[in-house]
Amino acid sequence: MHNKTLAELSAGLAAGQFSSVELTGHFLGRIERFDGSLNSFITVTAEQALAQAGAADARRDRGEAGPLTGIPLAQKDIFCTNGVRTSCGSKMLDSFVAPYDATVVEKCAAAGMVMLGKTNMDEFAMGSSNETSFYGPVKNPWDTAAVPGGSSGGSAAAVAARLAPAATGTDTGGSIRQPAALCGISGIKPTYGRVSRYGMIAFASSLDQAGPMARTAEDCALLLGAMAGFDPRDSTSVEREVPDYRAALGNDLKGLKIGLPKEYFGAGLDPAVAQAVQAAIDEYKKLGAEVVDISLPNTGLAVPTYYVVAPAECSSNLSRMDGVRFGYRCENPKDLEDLYKRSRGEGFGAEVKRRIMIGTYALSAGYYDAYYLKAQQMRHLISDDFKRAFEQVDVIMGPTSPTVAFNVGDKTDDPVAMYLADVYTIATNLAGLPGMSLPAGFVGNRPVGLQLIGNYFDEARLLNVAHQYQLATDWHQRMPHGFE
Amino acid sequence: MEWETVIGLEIHAQLATRSKIFSGASTAFGAAPNTQACAVDLGLPGVLPVLNREVVRMAAKFGLAINATVAERSVFARKNYFYPDLPKGYQISQYELPVVANGHIDIELEDGAGNMVGKRIGVTRAHLEEDAGKSLHEDFHGMTGIDLNRAGTPLLEIVSEPDMRSAKEAVAYMKRIHELVRYIEICDGNMQEGSFRCDANVSVRPKGQEKFGTRAEIKNINSFRFVEKAIDYEVERQIALIESGGKVVQETRLYDPDRDETRSMRAKEEANDYRYFPDPDLLPLVIEPSFIEAVRATLPELPEAKRRRFVSEYELSPYDAGFLTASRELADYYEAVVKAVGAEPKLCANWVMGDLSANLNRDGKEIGDSPVSSAMLAGMIKRITDNTISGKIAKEVFEAMWNGEGDADAVIDKKGLKQITDSGAIEKIIDDILAANPDNVAAYRSGKDKLFGFFVGQAMKATQGKANPQQLNELLKKKLSG
Repeated sequence: MHNKTLAELSAGLAAGQFSSVELTGHFLGRIERFDGSLNSFITVTAEQALAQAGAADARRDRGEAGPLTGIPLAQKDIFCTNGVRTSCGSKMLDSFVAPYDATVVEKCAAAGMVMLGKTNMDEFAMGSSNETSFYGPVKNPWDTAAVPGGSSGGSAAAVAARLAPAATGTDTGGSIRQPAALCGISGIKPTYGRVSRYGMIAFASSLDQAGPMARTAEDCALLLGAMAGFDPRDSTSVEREVPDYRAALGNDLKGLKIGLPKEYFGAGLDPAVAQAVQAAIDEYKKLGAEVVDISLPNTGLAVPTYYVVAPAECSSNLSRMDGVRFGYRCENPKDLEDLYKRSRGEGFGAEVKRRIMIGTYALSAGYYDAYYLKAQQMRHLISDDFKRAFEQVDVIMGPTSPTVAFNVGDKTDDPVAMYLADVYTIATNLAGLPGMSLPAGFVGNRPVGLQLIGNYFDEARLLNVAHQYQLATDWHQRMPHGFE
Repeated sequence: MEWETVIGLEIHAQLATRSKIFSGASTAFGAAPNTQACAVDLGLPGVLPVLNREVVRMAAKFGLAINATVAERSVFARKNYFYPDLPKGYQISQYELPVVANGHIDIELEDGAGNMVGKRIGVTRAHLEEDAGKSLHEDFHGMTGIDLNRAGTPLLEIVSEPDMRSAKEAVAYMKRIHELVRYIEICDGNMQEGSFRCDANVSVRPKGQEKFGTRAEIKNINSFRFVEKAIDYEVERQIALIESGGKVVQETRLYDPDRDETRSMRAKEEANDYRYFPDPDLLPLVIEPSFIEAVRATLPELPEAKRRRFVSEYELSPYDAGFLTASRELADYYEAVVKAVGAEPKLCANWVMGDLSANLNRDGKEIGDSPVSSAMLAGMIKRITDNTISGKIAKEVFEAMWNGEGDADAVIDKKGLKQITDSGAIEKIIDDILAANPDNVAAYRSGKDKLFGFFVGQAMKATQGKANPQQLNELLKKKLSG
């Protein structure tokens, strides 16, 4: 059962081949069996999952099941879940039990999906390797010496190891796409505003966007359809109809114009990754697509811009973690200042503190114009690059990450090297565009991700382009050893 | 040396919405602590603000009422600082681009020679923001309690130009704004509950000097009286400080009404760097011209225009017009009385400003709670103008109406207060009095004119005050002249 895609599971449930309770029990069993070595879950909600599965089966009996009813999934531990610990990978929220459901959680539940548990992640989604989690690093199922990527590393590893048929992720600078690439699965970060951020613990509000992570583009299409939509509780969500993302999957790619930005194939890109990406592009040519060389001249500004904007917003977003109303509070505070300083000093990890410091500095009087304001101007330049590119091409392609998964501990002492792991993914967040990663080969035993970038609200096309590739290749069907 | 005072006010007016500025929680005053704070107000992880449309309407209304620009695009910003009653660690406010800018309001002050002199006070800006919660230091031994009911209550912060030159001007300005926000129904103006409060920026400079002196900011003053006293104290303190060789430091001060003094809260060096930046959770606030026009259509007649109309239409003095337009409800009441009586606007004004206002004050009632409705007062005034009762008897009628004994006609009827206008009856009474007081009649006729009052008194006594005074006078004169 665990090798089936969402689409196949949906068909199996509909045909009565198995019940949701059986399916859920199967995945809970796999989590029990395999997650000790992977550490992809922070919290497993077995009891609640089986109850939800029972309810889903009953719903099916009443003839009210939808395509996702009864299908288990894992929620990234950044989404608030009513009555369940929502830690965001931090000691700060280790004791925080959310009193409400995030909109994404609510929508998945409304579709009848079953939550298996909450997946591990970099602390407050700040990291590209899942090593900043208070709950310890997640291991890459393809090679447990390697990181799974981050920050949605737990979701990516769980899906790759077939501990969950699908999972939710969030992507502020690549946090869906990079771990999807490093774990050999598919994941899409939709257009900013497509999926509600309500109940998703904010890292950088103007960049954060939730999306699905699954093994195939078709599964991403199914799950995105359930997650997306306008939410009156999120002022930045967009009032725009959600298309049937599966409807366009079958379109052929004849005449599709693919742009290859030269800046995504320059120095810093591992030649073996470049080779795999080139092979994927050759496959697209065979499918009838046309390849155009393009330029995104301000690509080099993306990482520095991001590391002003994201820390600035996070420094403010994380102020509410102050030890006063919820979460970690230090022992025996002397006075208010001591309460603040020690609760935050003890509750946050090093990477989070680093970013709060950077962001606080960037917003300080006298520095605001030079950093935050300048970064906003650079953001416009980066967006304009894409705007010009999409006058020429339908999708942009390139590598998701400059390398395959690196080893645990390799970059922990060098934050800048870690930041550069997101060099190709960050610009889409700054521009608010949709981006996707799909499996496109291996270097040794470690997967390579191909990135697709689309125009605003062009998710259906990205999913179509990815799906056609997956019909022609089998990278997405490969399974890591030891998890059969 | 002669000193000049320079004052600017920042007024916080709580907008009279039912729900909060960024959440659906109630804004009602006085609920048990933390019962009117939802997940958004508590600043729980993951929650997001959604702007209450009503506050935008109210801010636009205020902007139009002070002839300001209502910005087509304004931006909410985060003001970052840590405090236990600030749940998110930042306050959502407006910083660089406020919703209202460049308005003004006119004040009037007596110039010392009995003349009213007008002055225009600039309003630099008015911006929307959320209120913080409340820290309760008294009730918890050695600890601080936090009540977040007030967190997220919508405020309009109204910032004046440094145009005021005395505490009296500052109070006059504050009163005008207070009157206006109640007129346009965007704030209940309740100062005791903190719905209307102000910070005063005060500095002094040698008269004639252009450059402003260093200012101190006096925080959170919640009465007109305290504004005047706090500023007066602060001005004296600053002048005394400078004259004794000291220097005013820029700082925040608190006014203590019990000791009638201001005290330093924190100096500027200790002040927070608020790290303002646009709130990424909220889109820029875009106000369409059509929305502004729709709001304009809902603007009532403003106090200034009403005052001018009362003077011209009802021929009232500026003082009377000012009194009667002090609140929209009072003005409406007055106009309803005039309309129902159909004449004598000055007489109507005297009754509203006299007995009615005195009774309201005495019983601590608002005009809306007056037991004597405008229709009842008008009914009574009609009985004065048609000579059914005299002005003096009317006072008795008014008290009876106030005490719930029915309308004027019922009271007059029940108490037999109808004026005697039958000249035969009055003549008869006069004859009786003259017959009973031959000595006084003789004295009067021999030139003691002052005795006329005695005869009036006797007649009124005999009629229990009901004789028509004019008729009585005429008849009495005729009879006495014999």
